Amino acid sequence: MRTWAALLIGVAVMGGGILLANLRVNPYVYFAGYVVLQYVVIATAWNILGGYAGYVNFGTPAFFALGAYTAIFLIEAFTAPLPVLILAGGLVSALLGLGIGYLTLRLRGVFFSIATFALAVVLQTLIINWEYVGGAKGFTLIRPSAPYFGSWGVLLFTVMVGLAVVAVLAARMIERSWIGRGLSALRDNEEAAECMGVPTLRLKLFATTVSGFFLGVAGAPFPYYVTYVEPSSAFNLDYAVNALAMPMIGGTTTWIGPVIGAVLLGTAQQVATVTISSELNLLIVGVVLVLFVVLAPEGITGLARRLMGR
Amino acid sequence: MFSWDLLANAVVAGILLGGFYAAVSLGVSLTFGLLDVVNIAHPAFVILGAYAAYVMNSSFGLDPILTGVLFTPPFYVVGAAVYRIYYGSFERRGEESLRGLVFFFGLLFIIEVSLSLKYGVDYRLVEAAYIGKSIDFGGVGIAFRLLVPFLVGVGMTLALSLFLSRTFYGRAIMGVSQDRLALRLMGANPVRIKTIAFGIGIAAASLSGALLITIAPVVPSTDRDYIGRVFAITVLGGLGSIGGTLVAAIILGVAESLMATFFGPSWSHAVSFGLLLLALAVRPAGLFGR
Repeated sequence: MRTWAALLIGVAVMGGGILLANLRVNPYVYFAGYVVLQYVVIATAWNILGGYAGYVNFGTPAFFALGAYTAIFLIEAFTAPLPVLILAGGLVSALLGLGIGYLTLRLRGVFFSIATFALAVVLQTLIINWEYVGGAKGFTLIRPSAPYFGSWGVLLFTVMVGLAVVAVLAARMIERSWIGRGLSALRDNEEAAECMGVPTLRLKLFATTVSGFFLGVAGAPFPYYVTYVEPSSAFNLDYAVNALAMPMIGGTTTWIGPVIGAVLLGTAQQVATVTISSELNLLIVGVVLVLFVVLAPEGITGLARRLMGR
Repeated sequence: MFSWDLLANAVVAGILLGGFYAAVSLGVSLTFGLLDVVNIAHPAFVILGAYAAYVMNSSFGLDPILTGVLFTPPFYVVGAAVYRIYYGSFERRGEESLRGLVFFFGLLFIIEVSLSLKYGVDYRLVEAAYIGKSIDFGGVGIAFRLLVPFLVGVGMTLALSLFLSRTFYGRAIMGVSQDRLALRLMGANPVRIKTIAFGIGIAAASLSGALLITIAPVVPSTDRDYIGRVFAITVLGGLGSIGGTLVAAIILGVAESLMATFFGPSWSHAVSFGLLLLALAVRPAGLFGR
């Protein structure tokens, strides 16, 4: 029953997105809206592993950029259309996710996090040295004329609305199923969960793969969005910090937490970039992150629950 | 284009670089290896030390390494304060692992962005009489800008291992890493000991930052390259082993130098991370693990 309600809300959000796309408001709204929605996908994907399973991934840029560079490769090789790019980007990143899933066999806690960070740097070095996808000097994409919705900004915005809805619904489904319960059991105590018969390895592999998939999906349309991709922009550390900060601020234990965090922090960053400066808005992200971790470790949803409980 | 000359030069440069890497890693060896505090922000403190050396050098013409030494007391205070916040917010509540990691990651980001807001993203460098000079040993050139940091780095390693094995506070730090309860029973306060150790770790960052800017120009985002290096060295050397840190640092320095000489500098970043992934996957206890 409630699943149907959630699906209905999802469809309604998608419909709202398409409606907004047809309104043709100020183009900047689509441009900024895309980034915020992209962060909804990233934060939700990160939270499937980081929030539900408790494995902190510092390598978000690796997965995001892998999605973007898979897309670039397919554009170069076959001029593949956007839906193919998104699916392929997601699948390649999911494979990488499966790989880091096996890392969790040996590496827990801090070591896992540092290994994911290392992964991002190694991958960036490979891309820098791979001339076919642009190497260090970057890749310039000449977009064909937009097929639907008049302009690419509007089209990509609409696509991102759809991807965000799918990602959030998937996260919600995982959270409410036995998988979600198993993941939270292994987050609290992996040994105890294993002893109680929770298939921890399979669950971890599932979480890293799904998380990797959606991070790749978020990155795949990136070349179309910016039209110029270089390794340092695709592998930007900002993605790692935001992917971490947004769920932490919203609350990591529920699907709504990352969404709240991404919408709040993403919108604030867009406003700050326009009105103040892009460097300063990053500083704000860092400060807000540290403040939340120190003062309100359960995030906004945790605060709300505590207020309502009293 | 292989030649023995090239190889000898690369190995010597690598060893010298390794001595400097040891200096950068000592702080992490102390805070992460011995205290179990995931101080991932350490490289950012190193960069902060480098900028301190830059500012003092460009406005007063002060020697960078002297600045590094002069700035150890304020860095010690900052480190002690950071540990107090960390302790109060995470360690006391038993939530250190996950949120503590995020805390230090945020701290790293704040330091980096603050530096680029204040000084921009241009490369900064220092001037000193010995930078640019070199001596020649039968075809193998030794640059002073590498030799001086190497000597200081080895000196720091020696000083720290003597401190840890010979003094009361040093032994207490070793003790707190092994058994907190026993330390308390011996009449020492573990939190106070850890505060001191963390302060020393960050103070080491001041000096190693000065060494960093002596070797090469620095931008605020240089810290990212050092996260992998520092943790690769700490893990490879065996967590908490000070001597192991120096050995691992020299191994990494030589490996990077060889890679840069024979395959091109763009690959050398991957060396540390590759080594780290390898060490974590094959032998997480490191070469000299406890």
